[in-house]
Amino acid sequence: MSTKRIGVYICHCGVNIAQTVGIEELKSFAATLPQVKVAENYMYMCSEPGQELIRKDIKEKKLNRIVVVACSPRLHEPTFRNTLVSAGLNPYCLEIANVREQCSWVHKDKKVATSKAKSVVAAAVTKVALLEPLEEKEVSVTKTAMVVGGGIAGIQAALDIADSGFKTYLIEKEPSIGGHMMQLDKTFPTLDCSACILTPKMSDIKNHPNIELLAYSEVADVKGFVGNFKVTVKRKPRYIEEAICNACGTCAKYCSIAIIDRYNEGLSKLQALHIPFPQAIPAAYVVDPEECRYLKEGTCRQCEQVCKELNAINLDMQEESVELDVGTIVVATGFDVFDANRKPELGYGRYENVITGMEFERVVSAAGPNQGELLINGKKPKEVVFIQCVGSRDKTVGNEYCSRVCCMYTAKQAHLVREKLPDAKITIFYIDVRAFGKGYEEFYDRVKGESVYYRRGNVSEVYKKGDKLICRAEDTLLGKPIEVPADLVVLAVGIQPSAGARELGKLLKLSTSPDNFFLEAHPKLRPVDTGSDGVFLAGCCQGPKDIPDTVAQASASAAKAVIPLAQGKVKTETMVARVHEQACRACGYCVEACPYDAIELQLQEVNGREKSVAVVNEVLCKSCGACTGVCFSGAIQQTGFTDDQILAVIGAIGKEY
Amino acid sequence: MNFEPTIVAFLCNWCSYAGADLAGTSRFQYPANVRTVRVMCSSRINPAFIVNALLEGADGVLVSGCHPGECHYVSGNYLARRKLVLLRRFLEHLGIHPDRFRMSWVSASEGSKFADVIKEVTEAVRPLGPNQIKREQVWMQQAL
Repeated sequence: MSTKRIGVYICHCGVNIAQTVGIEELKSFAATLPQVKVAENYMYMCSEPGQELIRKDIKEKKLNRIVVVACSPRLHEPTFRNTLVSAGLNPYCLEIANVREQCSWVHKDKKVATSKAKSVVAAAVTKVALLEPLEEKEVSVTKTAMVVGGGIAGIQAALDIADSGFKTYLIEKEPSIGGHMMQLDKTFPTLDCSACILTPKMSDIKNHPNIELLAYSEVADVKGFVGNFKVTVKRKPRYIEEAICNACGTCAKYCSIAIIDRYNEGLSKLQALHIPFPQAIPAAYVVDPEECRYLKEGTCRQCEQVCKELNAINLDMQEESVELDVGTIVVATGFDVFDANRKPELGYGRYENVITGMEFERVVSAAGPNQGELLINGKKPKEVVFIQCVGSRDKTVGNEYCSRVCCMYTAKQAHLVREKLPDAKITIFYIDVRAFGKGYEEFYDRVKGESVYYRRGNVSEVYKKGDKLICRAEDTLLGKPIEVPADLVVLAVGIQPSAGARELGKLLKLSTSPDNFFLEAHPKLRPVDTGSDGVFLAGCCQGPKDIPDTVAQASASAAKAVIPLAQGKVKTETMVARVHEQACRACGYCVEACPYDAIELQLQEVNGREKSVAVVNEVLCKSCGACTGVCFSGAIQQTGFTDDQILAVIGAIGKEY
Repeated sequence: MNFEPTIVAFLCNWCSYAGADLAGTSRFQYPANVRTVRVMCSSRINPAFIVNALLEGADGVLVSGCHPGECHYVSGNYLARRKLVLLRRFLEHLGIHPDRFRMSWVSASEGSKFADVIKEVTEAVRPLGPNQIKREQVWMQQAL
C-alpha cells in the first residue's frame, strides 16, 4: 500500500466550533497522526479563501487525501468534493469529520468536546487513507415531469415545467383541480377575487399542449430514481366519460340523490351525479359511488336514459391503472384545514352560528349557497366575533406552529363583514397579529381603522345565553376576564398536512419535520429539494404558506425539476458495490438482500475456469451496502464503505486520545 | 470511580445521522460518550462490526436506522433488524452483556429523540462498568 499524503483542515465555523473545541490542540493532535503532512485551521473553511487554502496545498504539497474537520457531511460534502476536483484531485479522496452538529453544538465542556473531536478526526484520517478514487457515471433522463396535487401550487409548477418545453403529468385526487384556493372568496391583502385569478390558470392547464391532466387519480406506486421514475397512477372511475361529457348538466336534473356539497363546505347539497363547481377542470360530471342509487342498490340508471345521444355515462366503469415514466416529481399535496371539532369548548358543531374560516369563505362567496349575502340562519348577524389561532400555536392539539395565513384571512373577513354589514359590531380575539408579507401590515392597519375591535386574548369558552352566543376570554392587555356576545363566531382554523400526504411520502421516501409537514433538504439553502433526488416540494405540503409564497415556491420547484430534464443526464450513485470474483462463493445472499434487483449470479471465466459469480448492475445499484452486510466471504464490497474501511474507523473511533 | 463508557453508534445516513445533525442544529445536549460511524443504510452493518467495536474498546454499541416502513432503501432496516436481533442473543454466548448493544429507530426529524436515545444508552451501559472483553485483553497482554 502506497503511503498517502493527507491534509487535515479544521474549520472554526466562526465560533460555532471554536468555542467548544480547542482548535490549536486539535490541530497539533492531527499533525501527529500517521501520513498527515499538513494540518491547518481557518475561520470559515467553506468560504473561497478556505477552499483556496486546500487547493493550494493539494498542488504545492502534493496532497492526495483531504480531511475537512467541520460541519456535517450532509451539508458541505458536495462543496468540498468540488474543491478537490478544481485542484485536480478525485472528489472521493475526501472525508468530512463532523465536529459541529455532532460535537461542538451538543456538548458544552470544552475539554470533553475537544477529546471527542480528536477521536472523530483520528477516525476520519484513518478512513481517508483507505479511500480510493471513484468514477462518476451518467445515465440518460426521461424528459417528462409529474406534479402531484392540483391546487394553486401544483397548477403553477405544472404550467412552469410545461412552458419550459417538457411534457408534464398533473395528478389530482379530486374530480377537479383548483384545490382550496378555489373555495376562497377574496384574497388578502389586495382583495382580488380568488376565482378570477385562479380559473384562467386552470383553463391554461386544460389547454396546454405539454400538460396531461389526470384528475380523480392517485399515485399508487413509485419505483426507480431521479431521471427514471416509474409511477403507477390509479384512476378512479368517474362513471362519466371525461372526453365525451359536455357538462350540459341535464343528467344531474334526473338524479334524485342529494349529497353534501363539499365544495361549499357542506353548507348546501348537490346531486350524487354532479360537477363539483361550474368552473371545474376537467369540465365533466362525476358520480359519487358511495351515494349513487344504482352503484349502491343496483337499480335506477335514470341518468343513462337522458344522455343517450352523447352516451357519456358509463356506470360500469372500472378503476384503471396507468404507468407513467417520469424524470422528476413535484409534490404539491397541499393542506387540510384544522378540524374545529377538536376544540369542543369553542362550540363548533354544537351551535349553528359557530363556523370555520373556510365556511365563512363559502358563506360570503358570490358562488356560495347564499349568493354572497352574509346570512346566518336566514338573518344578518349584528355582532360578529372572530377567534384566531384555532388549531395553531396550540400544544394541546399538537400543533405548535403558526399557520401563517389566519391573521390575514381574519382581517380580510372582518373587512368583508364591514363591507356587507356597515353597522355590525366586529371583534377579533388574537394572541399576536402576524402581518409580515408585502402590503399586509398596511391592510391590517386599514381594517383596524374600520371599527374592528382587536382584543388580545385567547377565548376559553363559547356558550349560549338566550339567543346570543357568549365568548368568554381574558383580555390580556386589560388583565381581566371579559365576555363578548355574538350572533356569529368565526373560528380562524389553521393548516395541517393533507391526510393522504403521508402515504405518498412513504412511496417517495420523504421525511417529515416534527410538525408533520414534508421536510426540505435544507431549511435555508435547499428549501424545495428533498432527501430523495429528483423529488421537489411546492406549497403547503412543506409548511403553511399564503398564496404568494406558494406560487413562488411552486415556480422554484418547477425550475429545480426542470434542471435534470434540461441536462438530459443524471449522475448515478458512485459508491456502488464491487465484486471480487475469486472470493465470491455464489451463495446468492447478496442477490436476495438487494432491494433493487441490481445483483445477479452469472457464469464468468475467472482464472481460466468458468464459475458462477455475483455481478452488480452499477446503474441499478443505489449504494446502500445491504449486499456487503450479508456477504460471508467479503467478496462484495460497497466502495467508500468497505469492510476494511469501516473496521479501521471502528478501531480508531472508540479510543481516547 | 467515575466511569465514562464509550458508545459507538452506527447511524444510517438518511434518518438517524440526519436526526443526530438535527439534534446539533437544535442544540439538544447529550453525553459526549457517543462516537458516530456513518453508513448509508443500517443494512450495511455487519454483525461483526458490533462485536469488533466491543473488542476494540467500546463499552456499548448503538445501531440506529429509519423507522420501519420508512427506509430510504425500501427495506434495508428490516434486513438490519433481522440480523441484529439474532446478534443480541449471540452476545451472551460471547460473554458480553446484551444490554451493551441496542437498536433504535430515529428519523431525520427526531433530533430530541436522538439526544434521548444517547442519554438512555449511556445510562444503561454505565452500571455495567468497563467492557469485560477489553479488560481481559489487557490482562492477556500483561500475562504475555
